[in-house]
Amino acid sequence: MTALALRGLRKSFGGLPATDDVTLEIARGERRLIIGPNGAGKTTLFNLISGDLEPDAGSVLLFGEEVAHLRPDQRAQRGLARTYQIITLFPKSTLVENIVLALMGLSPLRWHCWHGLAGRRDLYDQARNVLERVGLAQLAARRVADVSYGEKRRVEIAMALAQQPRLLLLDEPLAGLSAEERRTVQDLLEAIPRDISIVMIEHDMDTALAFAEKITVLHYGKVIVEGDRAHVVAHPRTREVYLGA
Amino acid sequence: MGFWITQSLNSLALGGLLFILSAGFSLIFGLMRIANLSHGAYFMLGAYVGLTLLQKGVNFWIAALAAGAAIAILGGLVERIVLRQLAGRTLSQVLATLGIAFIIADACLWIWSGDPIPLTGPASLRGAVPVLGTHFPLYRLGVIGIAAVIALALWLLVEKTRIGAMIRAGVDDLDMARAVGIPVKALFTAVFCLGSALAGLGGVIAGPILSVYPGLDADMLPLALVVVILGGVGSLGGAVLGSIVIGFIYTFGNALLPDLAYVILFLPMVIVLVARPRGLFGRIPT
Amino acid sequence: MRYASSIAALVALAALPFALGNEYYVNLASQVLIAAIFAMSLNLLVGYGGMTSLGHAAYLGVGAYATAWLTLRLGLGPLGAGAAALAITTLMAGFYGVLALRASGLGFLMITLALGQILWGLAYRWVGVTGGDNGLSGLARPAPLGIDITGARPFYFFALAVFAVAFALVALFVRSPFGASLQGARDQPRRMRALGYNVWMIRWITFVLAGFWGAVAGVLYVYYNNFISPHALSLTQSAEVLLMVIAGGAATLTGPVVGAALVVVMKNVVSAYVERWTLLLGVVFVLIVMFLPDGLVPGVQRLYSRWRTRP
Repeated sequence: MTALALRGLRKSFGGLPATDDVTLEIARGERRLIIGPNGAGKTTLFNLISGDLEPDAGSVLLFGEEVAHLRPDQRAQRGLARTYQIITLFPKSTLVENIVLALMGLSPLRWHCWHGLAGRRDLYDQARNVLERVGLAQLAARRVADVSYGEKRRVEIAMALAQQPRLLLLDEPLAGLSAEERRTVQDLLEAIPRDISIVMIEHDMDTALAFAEKITVLHYGKVIVEGDRAHVVAHPRTREVYLGA
Repeated sequence: MGFWITQSLNSLALGGLLFILSAGFSLIFGLMRIANLSHGAYFMLGAYVGLTLLQKGVNFWIAALAAGAAIAILGGLVERIVLRQLAGRTLSQVLATLGIAFIIADACLWIWSGDPIPLTGPASLRGAVPVLGTHFPLYRLGVIGIAAVIALALWLLVEKTRIGAMIRAGVDDLDMARAVGIPVKALFTAVFCLGSALAGLGGVIAGPILSVYPGLDADMLPLALVVVILGGVGSLGGAVLGSIVIGFIYTFGNALLPDLAYVILFLPMVIVLVARPRGLFGRIPT
Repeated sequence: MRYASSIAALVALAALPFALGNEYYVNLASQVLIAAIFAMSLNLLVGYGGMTSLGHAAYLGVGAYATAWLTLRLGLGPLGAGAAALAITTLMAGFYGVLALRASGLGFLMITLALGQILWGLAYRWVGVTGGDNGLSGLARPAPLGIDITGARPFYFFALAVFAVAFALVALFVRSPFGASLQGARDQPRRMRALGYNVWMIRWITFVLAGFWGAVAGVLYVYYNNFISPHALSLTQSAEVLLMVIAGGAATLTGPVVGAALVVVMKNVVSAYVERWTLLLGVVFVLIVMFLPDGLVPGVQRLYSRWRTRP
């Protein structure tokens, strides 16, 4: 069973197809990179996978289950996690509080309104462990608003990892990072175990290309090239799409 | 038969009043995204100002226009001093207009005291005329005419003038309008003045029919909201349609089912909002 | 300990009637408590939930009318009438919530306004049931646990007991995991959905709870006044309670209480000295929206901490 299968996925906005008959499959444990010039429909595709958008046609199979008409939270409950292009953290809360929210999302605890949250030491300890994994344990008590952009990006990833997902969608995880920050995040991503399948959108070619096993090139919402790195880089259509753009 | 004709004419007259009230609200809401909760208060204040001028012997039409102008100035001041400072924070702006509604309502109570006061209409439109077999107050027919004239004038403004084009552009896509160099800040002030003027003018014109009393503002504001939600925000054509529909619903509702009059009035608004949840700013030039 | 300040406040509030002496002021204090519960209920929606409603008077009104009607027309005892009124209003909140949550932001504001107006219109026009403009009067205060609360002071303690329980439960709610989910959904709904939270359900449950506590305020309201009229359901009333929440400080526990005290005191006490108290209230409100948008409580807290850490 594949981690993710998209079949004939379509989405238009006012007549313009943002996603045009996309069919692809992500194997379990795979590291897939989705690239394409600006406006190719990469984020729209992510939104269709995560449920932030509903497709006009086609199916989205998450570990064999049709999820195209499920809400984003229902897909999260089935093992999907994602990061966003823009930071969507809770700036006035501390890092550990942010991770606690991520941990609670899949726990029945989130419905409890008859006892305090602060007393749940176990959750806070678990959150600190997650922060440890991304090398931010020392900033646990710091507010998100007070940490650097690169650190915020790592918190985003930490939140996604806290969900213990089976499929992880990373939307430009390296955007706006300095060279050193990029290396830290790269190491982080490479350390993610193989029981998590990863699909990533990225513009930073060097890092991304090194990380990815298979690459899908999108252009005007269509898949135009797909294959391993050597294949894609050498393909004439890839050059055409990037140089022509 | 007479009943239906009379009530239909009453509906049109009420529709006319509602149009004058809501056109301004719709423009402000459509362009500035501000639900001006003090709009009813401007309507009421306009009526009171008109009343004072009438008591001093000023001609009815001049009093109406002067009241409109006075409220326009007030609106302009409010926009510059309060609303502009809160630019970009729509909810804060809406709350600010709420506070201003309180201020104006109380100021009116202070200056004119609590007794409801009827406005006497212009001498030229006094009395009743035979219409389709019944007698109908000439003034109310006049109101229908005035509303039509104002609708036409607004249509010409929005469709045929440069400033109208700027308004339409702003309602359509504000960021784009800014990008092409439209002076958005000045436009906001101008539209707010216009909207307020219409409210004030409407108050005076409505005076002979509704009288003016404390609480008129709270009675009129929800009606403006219903009209605008029904007709579409920022759409003049929608405001015309919505006003007529609500005029009929309210008049006949009151006459036939007085107990449920308000239910019938607000139910369409709820239905529209519930059925088209994204439809609040469903885009419309005119 | 964390509860020290709460206990101190409770003791102070309990001692208040003895300090105030005059029955007029004790009644005023009762009014503040009722308004505070009402404002706290709205704050669940506005402050913690991020959903601004202009129709909240509906819940106070329906709670009050139901209690009065069930007692006066059906002859139910106060416990039965009160419990039934709470149930009816909460069910209504459930239904209204489904409708209102079809929109967000200004759309939500409009729907809640319209729904509130529908109920106000019914109270005003359905004279056979609601007594129309005259309302329903003649409701006697109950005798909880056999204690007669007809007098100002006993009623105050009754209201204080209800307020204390309400405050404690709301505080617990806000600090609970659900409370954290609610505030998360207010700040980053997209992120919350991606984390597995059912944002609609969180909001709907909050809407219902806000309606419930509004109804509690309504039951107290009708017993305090022995009377209910359509004015309690008016747009003005919904606007006033929103004012209390915003002015005092949305998304704080004590903000709505402060806001309620501000409005009630201005309405009754200040009005003796300053005739135009509504005008003053409006000005204060606009100033708060412009310069202290978080409200009085956070604003004062900020000033205080800045004063304490001054060089």
